[in-house]
Amino acid sequence: MIRARSLWLRTGGPVIGVGVAVLAAAGLLLLAGASPLEAFRQMGLGAFGSVNRLADVLVVWGPLVLVTAGLLVTFAAGLWNIGIEGQIVMGAIGVTGVLRLLQDAPLPPWLVLSIALAAGMTAGAAWAVLAGLLKTIGGVNEIFGGLGLNFIASALILWLIFGPWKRPGIGSMSGTEPFPESLGLPTLAGTRLSLWSLALGLAAVGAIALLLSRSALGLRLRAVGLNARAAFLLGVPTWRNLLVAFGLCGALAGLAGFVQVTAVYHRLIPSISSGYGFLGLLVALIIRYRAVWVVPVAAFFAAITIGGIQLPIALQLDSSLSGVLQGLLVLGVLFSDGLRHRAAARS
Amino acid sequence: MDWTAILLTGLAGVLATAGPLVMAAIGEALSERAGVVNLSLNGTLILSAMTGFAVAVATGSLAAGFLGGAVVGAAAALLVAVAGITLRQSQVAVGFVLALTLKDLAYFLGTPVMGAAGPRLDVLPVPLLERLPVVGPLLFRQDVMTYASFLLIAAAWVWIYRTRPGLTLRGLGEQPAAAFVRGADVTRLRYLYTVAGGALVGLAGPMYSLSVKAGWKGTISGLDGLGWIALALTIFGGWHPLRIAAGAYLFAFLQWLGVVLQPFLPGIPSQVLQVAPFPFMILTLVLVNVGQAEWTGRLLALLPEGGRRRLAGLLRLLRANPPAALGQTFERE
Amino acid sequence: MDIILKEIRKTFGRVTASDRVTLAVPGGTIQGLLGENGAGKSTLMKILSGYLRPDGGEILLGGKPVVFRHPADAVRAGVGMLHQDPLDFPSLTVLENFMSGRPGHFFPSRAAARRRLRELAATFGFAFDPRAYLDTLTVGERQQLEVLRLLSLDVRVLILDEPTTGISAAQKAQLFETLRRLSAEGRTILFVSHKLDEVESLCHRVAVLRAGALAGALTPPYTTAELVTLMFGRPVVPPQRQPQAPGRPVLELRGVSAVDDRLRLAPLDLDIRAGEVVGLAGLTGSGQRLLLRACAGLVRTTAGTVRIGGRDLTGHAFPSFRGHGVVFVPTARLEEGLIGDMDLAEHLQLVHPPRGLFIDWPRARATADERIREFAIRGRPDTRMRELSGGNQQRALLSLLAPPLALILIEEPTRGLDVESAVAVWIRLRAHCQAGAAILFLSSDLDEIRAHSDRIVVCFCGRSSPPLDPATMDIETLGRLIGGKGWDREAAG
Repeated sequence: MIRARSLWLRTGGPVIGVGVAVLAAAGLLLLAGASPLEAFRQMGLGAFGSVNRLADVLVVWGPLVLVTAGLLVTFAAGLWNIGIEGQIVMGAIGVTGVLRLLQDAPLPPWLVLSIALAAGMTAGAAWAVLAGLLKTIGGVNEIFGGLGLNFIASALILWLIFGPWKRPGIGSMSGTEPFPESLGLPTLAGTRLSLWSLALGLAAVGAIALLLSRSALGLRLRAVGLNARAAFLLGVPTWRNLLVAFGLCGALAGLAGFVQVTAVYHRLIPSISSGYGFLGLLVALIIRYRAVWVVPVAAFFAAITIGGIQLPIALQLDSSLSGVLQGLLVLGVLFSDGLRHRAAARS
Repeated sequence: MDWTAILLTGLAGVLATAGPLVMAAIGEALSERAGVVNLSLNGTLILSAMTGFAVAVATGSLAAGFLGGAVVGAAAALLVAVAGITLRQSQVAVGFVLALTLKDLAYFLGTPVMGAAGPRLDVLPVPLLERLPVVGPLLFRQDVMTYASFLLIAAAWVWIYRTRPGLTLRGLGEQPAAAFVRGADVTRLRYLYTVAGGALVGLAGPMYSLSVKAGWKGTISGLDGLGWIALALTIFGGWHPLRIAAGAYLFAFLQWLGVVLQPFLPGIPSQVLQVAPFPFMILTLVLVNVGQAEWTGRLLALLPEGGRRRLAGLLRLLRANPPAALGQTFERE
Repeated sequence: MDIILKEIRKTFGRVTASDRVTLAVPGGTIQGLLGENGAGKSTLMKILSGYLRPDGGEILLGGKPVVFRHPADAVRAGVGMLHQDPLDFPSLTVLENFMSGRPGHFFPSRAAARRRLRELAATFGFAFDPRAYLDTLTVGERQQLEVLRLLSLDVRVLILDEPTTGISAAQKAQLFETLRRLSAEGRTILFVSHKLDEVESLCHRVAVLRAGALAGALTPPYTTAELVTLMFGRPVVPPQRQPQAPGRPVLELRGVSAVDDRLRLAPLDLDIRAGEVVGLAGLTGSGQRLLLRACAGLVRTTAGTVRIGGRDLTGHAFPSFRGHGVVFVPTARLEEGLIGDMDLAEHLQLVHPPRGLFIDWPRARATADERIREFAIRGRPDTRMRELSGGNQQRALLSLLAPPLALILIEEPTRGLDVESAVAVWIRLRAHCQAGAAILFLSSDLDEIRAHSDRIVVCFCGRSSPPLDPATMDIETLGRLIGGKGWDREAAG
C-alpha cells in the first residue's frame, strides 16, 4: 500500500505536472483564438510529418544534447552556467576564425576541420573559465558574470559579421560568406543532418554520465557543488574544480558551436547559438540533472522547437509558443516536485 | 537651441529612460530584503510591457494599462513565492524558467497588437517648478510615471530606514528566526514583499511600452536584457534605494552616450554601441564584490597598517552585503 | 507568575524531544533546568516561549490555560526567552535591535527608544553605544541587550537557554546578579544549563531532564552526586590523561600575527611537539579561532614565520599545509566539516582518492564498512551524513583522519555531544597523538581544556599567554585569565 503510494507520488507527480502544463498551453491557445488540438496536431506534423522534419528535429537534438551534457557538469558543481549561450557563440567564432584562416591553405579538409573543432572547444572553454575566474577571483555570481559575458559575446559576433568578417560588399544579418562544401561535416542527402553531430552528442552524454557517477573527478565536482567549504577543508581544491567544471561545460558548448557552423549553417550568423544554451538549461532542470534522461527529453524539446515553426505557417500563430510550452513543462515538473515533497513531509 | 539646452534635454531623457529600471530594481530590492530572490525580471518586464500596451490599446486607458502591467508582475512574483517559499523549490530555478517563459509568452500573446498605434504618456510639467533653471527641465518636465519613480526612491528609503515595518523588513532577510521571535510572520511578510516588489517590476514594463519606448514591436521592442540589468542594479546598489537609483541613472547615461557618440565612431557598428553598457554594468559588479573576496583579504593583510585601513575602508564603502538569508527557506524547526 | 507545564509532548521525526513533561514553577523563583546536550531542555523552553508548538499537553500561566501560536503571543502574555544562539540582527545597530519588534508608532522615535535603552541599561549597570553595530559586540553584551529588550516589553517570565556559554566571568557574575534581582522583584526565571555549579549556586529549585523526560526535581539541600546521577543515570568517569614524551617539533610559530575584520593577533611564539595536546582557552572572539586558522593557512599571517615539521610554510595557503599533514576539523560539522548530502563511502574516496581515474564503488563501500565498525558509527556506508546524529557525525569526521598526520587542528571537539561520544572522541584523538601527531584545539568548555591539554594557551583580546601547565592551574585562575584579569603577572611569566 505504502509502496504503491510512493510509486504513484514518484511517477504520478511529474505526469500531473506535464498534464497541467499542457492544459495551460491549451488555455493560452484558446486565448489567442486558436484551437489547441489543431495547434498541437500541427506541431506534431511539424516535427514528425516527414523525414525531412524528423531530420530537422535531430539537427536541433545534436547540439542541444551537447550543451545539456556540459550543463550536467556545472550543475553537479553547484554552478548556474547561464553564460553557456556566450560559450556556444565563442566556440562558433573560434571555429569560423580557423576555417577562414585555413580554407585556402593546402591542407586536407579533415585536418582543417579537426583544428577548427579544437579551436571551437578551446574558445568555448576559455569563455567559460572566464566566468569561473570572475566568480572565484572577482566574487561575481556566475549568473551575472555569465550574462555579462553573453552580452559581450553577442556584441563581438555582431561586430565580426558587420566588420572584419563581413560579406564582400555589405555586412548583413544573414552572416558571413558560406564556406566551401568540403569544409562542412558530411550531411545526409537532402537534409542538414550530420551523423557526426548525433555521434558527438551521444558520446558526450555517455562520457559525462561516466565522469559524474564513477570517476574521482566527478566525485570531487559533486562535493564542491554540495558544500564547497567542507570540500575545501577535506582537501578538495575548490577553485580548481570549479574552473574545471566551467571548462568542461564550455568545451562542450564550443563543440555545439562547431556543429552549428560546420554542419548546420556553414557560416557564422548572429544567432548562431539558436538559444540552445538556455534550452539546455531547461532540459537539465526538468530532468533534475540525471544523465539517463538527457537523450529522450532533449529529443522531445527539440521536437517542440521544430514543431513550433509550423504554427505561423499553418495557423498564423507566433512560433514562440514552443518556448512557452517548454517553460511551462519545466514549471509543471518543478511545482509537482514541490507538492510531492510537501506531501511526503506531511505524511 | 544652444548646447546647454540640448544637454539638459538629453539628461532629462536619461532620467526618464532610467525610470523603469529604478522601479524594477527597487521592487527587486524589496523582495530580496525580505529574503526572496525573484530572478524572473527579464520575462516579467517584457510580458508586463506587452500586457500594459495591449490593455491600454483595448481600453484606451493608460491607467488600466499600468494596472495590467502591475497585475502581471505581481502574478509572476506570486509564482516565485509559492514555489520558493511554500514548495521549497530553488528560487533561482523557478525565476530563471519564468524569465525565459514569460518572454516567449509576451511574444506569443502580443502578436495581435504588434505595431499597433497606442496611447502614450504625456509630459506633465509641474507648474512653477518647471521654470526653475536647470532643475526645472531636468526634474519637472517629465511624465507622471517618471515622477513616480522619483517618489519611489524617496519612499523606499523612508520605508526601509525610518519606519517600523521597514525595520522588520531589514531583519527579515538577515535573520528570519530573530524577526520571528520579535513577532513577525515571516512567511506572510515574504509573500507580501515579493508580490509588492513584483508589482513594481510590473509597472516598469508599461513605463517602456507606454512611454520610454512606446509601442509593442515583438522581439524587436528592444526590451530584452533590461530585466537582467535591473537585477544587476539591485546588487550594484547594495539593496539601498539611493545607490540603486544612482546605478540606474549611470546606466541610462551610458546608453545615451552611446547614441550621442555614434556619429563620431564610424568604425563601430551601431549594434555594438547599443549593447556596450550591458557588459559594462555587469563588470562593475566585480568592483562591488572585490572587497569580499578572500584573496583581497590576503592581499590587504600584506599592506602596512595605515594603508590597509584606508583601502579596506574604501572597499567597504563600495561593497554590498546581500541579505544573509537570501534565497533560504525559514522553518520553525 | 506561576507556570505549570502539563504533559508536554513533542517529537521531531522519530526523535522524542519532550516526553510528557510536567513541571510546576512557582512565581518569583529561579528554576534551574539541568540536563545533558540533547536532553530536551531547549525544546521544552521553546514550547513555553511559543517558538515551537507542542504535539500535546497544556501550559497554565497564573492558573489560566494559554495557547501560544507565535513567540509574540508569549511575549504579550509576559513570557520572553533568551535563545542559546542569540536571535538578533548582527548587521543592525544596538538601537535598531532594541527597537525591532517593539510596539509603537509607524515612524518610531529613535530618541525615545535611545532614552529607554539608556535608562534600562543604567538600572542594571550595563553600558551600550546605541550606534554600534551588533557584530562588534561580545556575545555577553548581545545577551545583555536582549535581556533589556525583553524586560522593556515587560515580560514577567524570563527564560535563559545556556546563557553562560561564551561570556566572561565578570559578565557571568553580572548576569547572575541581575537574575537574582529580577527574581526578587517577583519575576520568574527559568535557567537552562548543563553546568552543575551554575545551577547549584543560582537556582532556588532544579529540574533535571534526561532523554526528553523529567528525571527528577530537587530543592536544596541536595548533593552534587544526586544531580549527576539524575542527569546521566549513572556516575561518569572521565578518561585519564597519560603524559606523552614529547617528540620532535611539529608546529613552530615565531612572532606570528594575523588580522580579521575585528581582531589583530598580537605577535606570538609557540612550539608544539609530536604527541602533545595544546588547548586554546578564551571567550568567543578573543583570537583563538584566528590563531587556529592561521596555523592551517586558512587566514594569512601578517608577520612572523610558521613552520610545520621544520618546513617554512609562511604565507602558504591551506592546501599546502594539508599536504604537510595538517588537518583542520571545524566546529560546524554539517556546514564546514562534512558534506551533508554525501555518505561515508563517498567521503572516504574524497579524502583518499583512488589511484586510477575511476572509483571501485563496491570496494569503497567495503572500506566504509570497516571504518563504521572500527569507529562504532551508527549508520551504513550509504547513509547520508545529515541523517546521522551529532555524535556519529563527529565519529565519521574522525574516521576520515588517516595517519600519518603531523598536526590536528580542531575546534570544539565535543560540542553538542553526549558524554559517551565525547569520551570516544578523545580516545580517538589520543590515538593519533600516540601515532606521532600533535593536537591544537580550542574549546569553550574549560573542563574539557583542563582534562585533555598537556599545556594551555589562554587568549584575550588578541593576546595569547605563554603555554601554561594545567596541573598548576586551578579553574578560578584560568577563569580570571580568560576574563582578562591577572594578565600582567601570568602572561608575562
